[in-house]
Amino acid sequence: MSAKHEEDVVSRRDFLFLGAGAWAAVGGAAAIWPFVDQMNPDASTKALASIEVDITPVQVGQAITVLWRGKPVFIRHRTAEEIAAAEKDDETAMPDPQKDGDRVQKKEWLILVGVCTHLGCVPGGQKASDIRGDFGGWFCPCHGSHYDNSGRIRKGPAPLNLAVPSYKFLTDTVVQIG
Amino acid sequence: MAHESVYTPNSGIEKWLDERLPIIRLGVDFMAMPTPRNLNYWWTFGGILFFFLMVQIITGIILAMHYIPHESMAFDSVEHIVRDVNWGDMLQNMHSNGASFFFIAVYIHILRGMYYGSYKAPREMLWILGVIIYVLMMASGFLGYVLPWGQMSLWGATVITNLFSAIPFVGGAITELLWGGYAVGQPTLNRFFSLHYLMPLILFAFVGLHIWALHVVGSNNPDGIEIKLKEDSLPFHSYFSMKDAFAMVLFAMIYVYFVFFMPDYMGHPDNYVRANPMVTPPHIVPEWYFLPFYAILRAIPDKLFGVIFMFAAIAIVAFLPWLDTSRVRSMRYRPTAKLFFWGFVATGLLLGYLGAKPAEGGYVIASRILTAYWFLYFIVALPLLGWTQKTKTLPGSITEAVLGKDAMKNNK
Ligand code: HEM
Ligand code: FES
Repeated sequence: MSAKHEEDVVSRRDFLFLGAGAWAAVGGAAAIWPFVDQMNPDASTKALASIEVDITPVQVGQAITVLWRGKPVFIRHRTAEEIAAAEKDDETAMPDPQKDGDRVQKKEWLILVGVCTHLGCVPGGQKASDIRGDFGGWFCPCHGSHYDNSGRIRKGPAPLNLAVPSYKFLTDTVVQIG
Repeated sequence: MAHESVYTPNSGIEKWLDERLPIIRLGVDFMAMPTPRNLNYWWTFGGILFFFLMVQIITGIILAMHYIPHESMAFDSVEHIVRDVNWGDMLQNMHSNGASFFFIAVYIHILRGMYYGSYKAPREMLWILGVIIYVLMMASGFLGYVLPWGQMSLWGATVITNLFSAIPFVGGAITELLWGGYAVGQPTLNRFFSLHYLMPLILFAFVGLHIWALHVVGSNNPDGIEIKLKEDSLPFHSYFSMKDAFAMVLFAMIYVYFVFFMPDYMGHPDNYVRANPMVTPPHIVPEWYFLPFYAILRAIPDKLFGVIFMFAAIAIVAFLPWLDTSRVRSMRYRPTAKLFFWGFVATGLLLGYLGAKPAEGGYVIASRILTAYWFLYFIVALPLLGWTQKTKTLPGSITEAVLGKDAMKNNK
């Protein structure tokens, strides 16, 4: 056997060895996925997708909280002053700039996911007796985030505005959330 | 093991066994480890920690026989344990207070290591294993606190899992993976129970590695010098096993006093309110043993950086062996560093106090100053002090440190 021939054999071995090792790694990684993915929301959790809410009883200036996908959703019947205050601030500098008009379908109904975008507490401001913070909307007591009349973050550690869930008005008095 | 075997099998059975499975030899040699004769009572906390690990595992297995990990039954099942199960009130209080005393002991144990320089070569692995154990303990404590499914359980779990939402891009996906839903709920409770059961078993394995590493390098001691003379050390058993047992009894007396007479002292009244996903309690706080880190989280006005600083405050402890450049181990011989050390202890206590206060005004400013001290202690004070400090003269040996120079001369 020539020296050259021997070298060829070795490199062929190496190639097969590395190839097999790489495939084993890919297969191993693929096999791990089901063990991780089982922790993600299951079919029954995903099925609880939407709810319908009758908003007839909510007077101007009042707010209700409903549970959707395990999270509170705020539905606020805003007063004319609250709408005006929210629109007046549209051009003010804030951490997550957004126009009030882009956050509502009907000006008087503000619908938000009531989960602070900092670390997930439920901000106060739904009840008349709640502290509503420096901007008159909601105040999260956990680490002091202030939200305005449009649910936009104005002060404190939260990085984003209160989320607007997907919703539609089925009639003038019934909204479907989700 | 670092010393010669001291075991001689006497009976025929012992000889037979020793040739096939030298397990008695392992145990005997383990108990005979040469131990510095000058150890003080701060060295008894390792044994105390082992005691509490066993208390948690035994009472935990028993609680799990009666506990139901379901969002509509968990709260009631814990009340059922306390009210109906035979001895249930004692066992449940042993477990919940056991967690707190476990942490009291571990904080003393860690500070002992920091004061006497026990993390320095050749004990780096021993130290790092200790930091891993501490992190696993925090995971166990957090997961366990969620199980009674009170208001603090739910909202503590919400805030802590939301820490991961700060991770750019994948944060949201990770939190949904942790929750198994869109908020903390039934799937979360169920898996937290599973993981809470698992964690102490992993902990047990790491404690095994920790003790193995200890037996390879031997104990440090209050003077921070290695064993040189024959008289410097004594066998662990019975000299130190007895000392450990005595300290354990004293510490357990305090523990038992809490279990029987003030079981809710370190708990939070809001956790006697059922979990309600619609209402966050006005003032949420984690268990007391997380408070210093919670204060650091809230001191930083940015979400992502708050989370990074909080985790960094714990992780930095693992790098102590390389951050502290001093060649002298014990603070006994480092008068300047000693002052900074007590400053660090005060910082930890004050941060703990601030973590329980609302995040506003002066409290936030104080938290920021103390957070700065925490980090500067590790990355500025310890490296610089090692190069610049004037240390006191080290004694020639452990025996000299104990008996004094004159006694050494008379002996010769
Ligand atoms: C490192 C060890 C452990 C720590 C630090 C720890 C910590 C905790 C804490 C803080 C609680 C909440 C207690 C309360 O507020 O009532 C708890 C509850 C619980 N733990 Fe553990 N635990 C440990 C080991 C274990 C083990 C080994 C098991 C089972 C094998 C277990 C099973 C349980 C159960 C069933 C509960 C819920 C019942 C209750 O709240 O009393 N734990 N744990
Ligand atoms: S969770 Fe709202 S401010 Fe932190």
